Amino acid sequence: MAEKNLEPIIKERRVFITGNEAVAWAGVAARADIMYGYPITPQNEIMHYWTRLAPKYGKGFLQTEDEISAGFATVGGVLAGKRAFTATSGPGNILMQDSMSMAEMMRIPTVMIITQRGGPSTATVIYSQQETTLTCFGGNGEGIRIVYSTASHQELFDYTIKAFNTAWKYRFPTFVLGDGYQSKMRESLTIYDPVERGIELVPAEPFLGKGGVAGLDRPPVHLRNTYNMEDELYEVVRELVDAYNAVAHEIVEYREMETEDAEILIVAHGIVSRAAEGAVARLRKDGYKVGSFRPITLRPFPAEQLRKCADRAEKMLVVESAEGQLKKLVTDAIYGSTTPIETLFRPGESITVEEIISAVKGL
Amino acid sequence: MAVLPPMPKLWYRETKPHKFCPGCGHPLVLKALAYAIEELGIEDRTIFGCDIGCSLLAWDFFNLDTVQTHHGRTTPVMVGIKRARPELICIAYMGDGGGYAIGSQHLVNAAVRNENIMVVLANNTVYAMTGGQMAPTTLPNQKTETTPYGRDPEKTGNPTLGPEMVAAITPDTAYVARGTVAKLGQLKSFFKKGLQRQIEGKGFSFIEVLSGCPTNWRTNAEETWNFLENEMTRYFKVGEFKVPGQVKEDKNE
Repeated sequence: MAEKNLEPIIKERRVFITGNEAVAWAGVAARADIMYGYPITPQNEIMHYWTRLAPKYGKGFLQTEDEISAGFATVGGVLAGKRAFTATSGPGNILMQDSMSMAEMMRIPTVMIITQRGGPSTATVIYSQQETTLTCFGGNGEGIRIVYSTASHQELFDYTIKAFNTAWKYRFPTFVLGDGYQSKMRESLTIYDPVERGIELVPAEPFLGKGGVAGLDRPPVHLRNTYNMEDELYEVVRELVDAYNAVAHEIVEYREMETEDAEILIVAHGIVSRAAEGAVARLRKDGYKVGSFRPITLRPFPAEQLRKCADRAEKMLVVESAEGQLKKLVTDAIYGSTTPIETLFRPGESITVEEIISAVKGL
Repeated sequence: MAVLPPMPKLWYRETKPHKFCPGCGHPLVLKALAYAIEELGIEDRTIFGCDIGCSLLAWDFFNLDTVQTHHGRTTPVMVGIKRARPELICIAYMGDGGGYAIGSQHLVNAAVRNENIMVVLANNTVYAMTGGQMAPTTLPNQKTETTPYGRDPEKTGNPTLGPEMVAAITPDTAYVARGTVAKLGQLKSFFKKGLQRQIEGKGFSFIEVLSGCPTNWRTNAEETWNFLENEMTRYFKVGEFKVPGQVKEDKNE
């Protein structure tokens, strides 16, 4: 899978495309080598665009028999030393947690794009923010993973590129969280070659098949995820958690708007944060001292930063298209803060600027 | 059969003696596999993947880069590796539960796609690591922890005939066989033929191996070999089921 094309891989230009197409282009821009996927709405067009782009750029694709297989094949691609990724949604996200749990345990830098659909169960193929908990903590473990929650098509492009870098730099499974609206909607963005912009691409390297004869030229690589003794496992998990916590401050990203003097602090992530910021802009014109805080990384969570804003405010309003999945992250982050929390929950349903404005006015 | 030296070079000395139970069939499978790899001279590019269940104990068994996966998921991991780096020789190792129950969709679809990997499946008729429950390959009337009065095919179906199934769904270029730890020379030759397919880039190979589990069968040495050689072979025919370029099926040896 040698690169056929010389740089720049993508000519920098403004485009008006769907989020799924933006992700496929970002995969090319990030020098992803191979995608493994299984059809599920609203993720499908990531595969559709990838399968059209891949042959032109000497990249691979495999449509597997299910999401379990797609997730584990992605693990295999990464172990082989390639920038491998997959994308899914909803019930597929559930199935992929099997492989992502293995990636957490063995620090396998997989990249996975989640286009959230409604839940629980098959629900809708449209939109939600109900895969927040699943994407952050889906395994039978401690959530040793990185989750970027994107709010625009530009961010889908930027953070998909970034996800490969973060994954391979820190060696944790990395997720880009989007949603069905972003997937299917068209929006303007600039696509570009990160190399041309001076963004360093962290190189991939093989975990297995490192060259030479194992046992003769070098010791064999033996990777496992099973342990016999509880103290043995404790050591392993302790190391994982410590390694994660040690770099969390480098990974954390967030965005604040008008929080300095805000009496009311709106907390939202993903595209709901755009409605929150729209509401802040309009409410400020009406004289309301309101601001917004948006965690861009949900794992690790910008706890310290949120806490500072929360302590300054008189009231918080957590807004999400789920029944408190973001709020759980918020309350955990700011435990001990006495600022009261109000909520606007719309599980599986969109939230408009107007709805947030009336919620703030009703506080 | 020629007298084999006690330990193949490919066995990783640091982890021997191995951790399988006394009388277990796995080390015999892994011995024949090691000799096959050595004789083909592909040690420098072979990747070994093992499943969960007793096969997981093979995670540090060889002087080979090895990855232990999840239960039933070794096939897709090896498919993922092979698709990413076709120059590597990929072997997925699993038990009957991993291949025929929890991971059966992966076996079937890898076979149908003629993935250029080799799957080796040890059939000992039980879930051994978890304490001897009924497996897809448990024989009719065989007692296990979840069929304490014997497996009733009326209620739980008949034992899975894996190589027969794989032979039916693979293209003519595939290699499919059932060996036994009672015939290591033959087993090694099956492995070599399967690996040769992969070396030539011609597609999928699948080798089931009849293997003993005295711990869960609660058998002594004589009873173990009797069950393996006489009881199991009544249902599970040893031989080649699909040999590229060969029309007739050679069912014995």
